[in-house]
Amino acid sequence: MAMIDTRYETHEHDVIVVGAGGAGIRAAIEAAEQGLRVALVCKSLLGKAHTVMAEGGIAAAMGNVDPADNWQVHFMDTMKGGKFLNNWRMAQIHAQEAPDRIRELELWGAVFDRTPDGKILQRPFGGHTYRRLCHVGDRTGLEIIRTLQDKAVHTPNIDVFMECTISHLIKNGDEVTAAFGYWRETGKFVLFKAKAVVLATGGIGKAFKVTSNSWEYTGDGHVLAYDVGADLIDMEFVQFHPTGMVWPPGVAGLLVTEAVRGEGGILTNSKGERFMEKYDPARMELSTRDIVAKSIYTEVKEGRGSPHGGVFLDVSHRGADYVKRRLPSMYHQFKELADVDITTGPMEVGPTTHYVMGGVKVDPETAQSTVPGLFAAGEVAGGMHGANRLGGNSLSDLLVFGRRAGMGAATYAKGVASIPAVDEAAVQRAIAEMVEPFERKGENPYTIHQELQMMMQANVGIVRIDADLRKAIEQLKRIQERAKTTSISGSVTYNPGWHLAKDLKTMATISEAVARCALQRTESRGGHTRLDYAEYDPYWSTVNSIVRKNADGSMEVTTAPLPVMPEELKKLFEEEKR
Amino acid sequence: MAEARLKVYRGDSGGGQYVEYKVPVEAGMVILDAIHYIQGAYAPDLAVRWNCKAAKCGSCSGEVNGKPSLMCKTRLDDFDLSEPIEVRPIKTFPVVKDLVTDVSWNYEINKRIVPFTPTNTNTDEWKIYQDDVDRVQEFRKCIECFLCQNVCHVLRNHDKKDLDDPKHLFAGPRFMVRIASLEMHPMDGANRVPFTKNEAGIGYCNITKCCTEVCPEDIHITDNAIIPMKERVVDEFYDPVLMIWRKMTGKK
Repeated sequence: MAMIDTRYETHEHDVIVVGAGGAGIRAAIEAAEQGLRVALVCKSLLGKAHTVMAEGGIAAAMGNVDPADNWQVHFMDTMKGGKFLNNWRMAQIHAQEAPDRIRELELWGAVFDRTPDGKILQRPFGGHTYRRLCHVGDRTGLEIIRTLQDKAVHTPNIDVFMECTISHLIKNGDEVTAAFGYWRETGKFVLFKAKAVVLATGGIGKAFKVTSNSWEYTGDGHVLAYDVGADLIDMEFVQFHPTGMVWPPGVAGLLVTEAVRGEGGILTNSKGERFMEKYDPARMELSTRDIVAKSIYTEVKEGRGSPHGGVFLDVSHRGADYVKRRLPSMYHQFKELADVDITTGPMEVGPTTHYVMGGVKVDPETAQSTVPGLFAAGEVAGGMHGANRLGGNSLSDLLVFGRRAGMGAATYAKGVASIPAVDEAAVQRAIAEMVEPFERKGENPYTIHQELQMMMQANVGIVRIDADLRKAIEQLKRIQERAKTTSISGSVTYNPGWHLAKDLKTMATISEAVARCALQRTESRGGHTRLDYAEYDPYWSTVNSIVRKNADGSMEVTTAPLPVMPEELKKLFEEEKR
Repeated sequence: MAEARLKVYRGDSGGGQYVEYKVPVEAGMVILDAIHYIQGAYAPDLAVRWNCKAAKCGSCSGEVNGKPSLMCKTRLDDFDLSEPIEVRPIKTFPVVKDLVTDVSWNYEINKRIVPFTPTNTNTDEWKIYQDDVDRVQEFRKCIECFLCQNVCHVLRNHDKKDLDDPKHLFAGPRFMVRIASLEMHPMDGANRVPFTKNEAGIGYCNITKCCTEVCPEDIHITDNAIIPMKERVVDEFYDPVLMIWRKMTGKK
C-alpha cells in the first residue's frame, strides 16, 4: 500500500474558478479585472480544455455577411432550437451580448477568417436563420482558448493551478467557502479558501461509450454543485451530435464538425438517397442537431446505413482546394486516422454523445446557483439551450455567461468581509474519501467505467423507453456501490487509476440524474427521444426538470414551471407567424 | 486477432525502465489507444497526458520508436508488429512519471512575451483582409504540443533553458512562432524585436529545421517564423547604415 501524505496546503483567494475552458478563463479574467484575487484551477494543462475541440464557429448576430441579422432573430432561433424549454432571459442576454464578446476577443488578439471587405467572416450552421458563425477554418475553439489563455496569463491577480483536480466543495453554514482537491503531479492535497466559487467544468460525455468528449468530461461540476445542495435542471437533455466518425473503431465518436454541412456537405444513405428530404425538407442538412441525429439513427435502424453503421456525408463536390482551406482539420483527421480523402469521396458518420444541455440551475443575470456563493457557467450550467443546443451557441455561451459569472462572483465576494472559516471536519472527510481506494482491496475502476459506459449507451442513449430507463436506474445503484469499493495500485504520483476512482463516483451520480429525468419526462423533445412517448406533450412544454439531493443522500427529481416570457418577446414569435 | 507488443517507459524523476505489454490490435488503432488498453488491462497507474484524441489539443506528445509524435495520430499499422514498439516520454523536459513530463518551463516563457497590443481599440474601425492574416493564422494553428521544443537541439542537447540567465536561454521554436504571430498581426503596435534578440535568444537557432519537420500542424516554423524574425533582428541591430548613423548622432 502506498504511503499517503494526508497533510494539505492552503491557498486563499477572493474567487476560485474551477475549470479553465472558455467559460472558466473568461470568468477569471472578469473577476480579476474587478480587482479581485482569483485562483484558476484546471484539471489539465492550461489551454487543453474541451473548448479547444470546438470546430465550426461561434454564433453572434454581427450581421457582417447577412446584414438583416440581429439579436432578436438569434434569440428566436435559439428558443426554437431549444424547443422553447430554454430560460428565455438567458437566451436573450446571450443573443444581445455575443457580438460584444467577439469584438473583445479580437481586441485580445483572436484572428478570425475575413470577409472580402475586411470584416469577420460568418458561415451558415444548423438552425441559424442567417450566416452567423464567426470562425477560423474548422479550429475556432483553439483560436478562442489560446486568446483567452494569453489574456489570462497577462492579467494581474490570476493564479493558475494546472493539473489540479477539485474533488469536494466545502460549505460553512449555507455558503460555499472552499474547494478541496489534489495535485496530479505529486498527489498532494490542497484546499482553496475563497469568498465565492465559480464552476466551469464542462460536461458529462464520458458516462457514455460513444462520445466526442475527452477524459475530463465526467460531470465534476454538476456533482460538486449537487452535493452541496444546488438544483440541477433538465438533465435528460443530452445532445447526440449527428456526425461523429464511425470507423475505424479507435476513433469512433470523434467529432466531424457541423461546418462540413455548413459548407454544403450532403447526407446520403446506402441507397444513395438524400434522406433529409424526408425529415426536414426545408432545412435539409442544416436542420437542428436533434433532428439530424434522429434521422441518421432511423436510416441506420431501418437498414439503409453505411458499411460501418453510419451514413455518408460528402463535401467533395466543393472541390479539393476549397475543402482543404475551409475544413483543414477534417481533411487531416480522415486522411490520417481513417485513410479517407474527403476531397474525393464521402465520409462515414453517425451520432456521438457531444454535449449536455442540462446543468446547474443559475440566475441569468449573475450565474449564481441556488446555493449562495456558488456560480456556474458554460456547459455545466443549465437553462440556456433548453432541449437542444444550436451549433455555435456553446462558444458564445461560454463567453457571455463566463463573463457574467465572473462579475456575479466578484460582486458577491466584495460583499463578504473576510475569507470565511472552513469546517476542518469536512476537509478530513474529503481526505479520507480520497485515500480510501489505496487502502482497500476491490475492483479496478476501469472495469466499472467500461460497464457504466456500455449501460448508459444501451439504455439512456439516443432513443429511450420506460423499461430501459428503469433498468438503468437499478443498475446505476449497483455501479454506485461498486464505485465506493474500487482499489488502486501504484503511487499517488500522476495516477490515472486514482483519478478515475474519483471520477467514477461523479459519473455514476450524474448518470442517475440523466436516467431519472429521462424517465420522468414522458414525451419526446429535442435531445430527449422516448419511443413510448414519441410526441410533444403540452404539459411538458411548461416545466423544467429539477434534480436535488435529499437530506438522506437520495436523489429527488421533480419539476418547476418555466419562467414566463415577457409580452414583448412573445410578440416577436407572433409577428413572425403573420 | 493481431497482437502488438509495446515497450513503455515506466519510471519517474528517480529513473525507470521499459516494461513490455501485449495489446490486441483493432483496425485503425493508434498508440494512445494501446496505452489506454494497457491502463485498463494491466497498469491503471500508467501515467499519460491526453485530452482530445483528435490531434487538436497537443497533450499526448511522446517518442515512438524514437520519433517525436502525437500518440493520438500515430497508427499501429504503420509499424512492423513483429518487433516491439518503444514508447517513451519526450526527452527535453523532465519526467514526472512514465510518459508525462514537466512542461511548465514553456508556460514561464510565454509569460515573458509582450501580449497583443492593438494600435486602435475600436474594432469596428478595423479593416483586415484575409491576405493580411494568412501568415498569422498559420502560426496560430499551433496546438502547443511542444514537439518542436523537444527536437530543438539548442534545448534538447544544449539545455539552454536557464530562466535566470538570458545568455543561456533560448525560448525555442514554439515561442518564435508565438512572437512572429504577434509581430505580424496587422493591428499590433508593440516591438518585440529587442526581446527576441536579447531575452528569447534567437541567435541560438542555426536553422536546422528539425522543428518544422515534427510540427503536426505543418507550420513552416523555420522559413515563415524564425527566419523573418532573424531578419528583423538584423535590420534593427546590425544594419550598417543605421549603425553609422547611431554612432554619429548618438541616437538609438
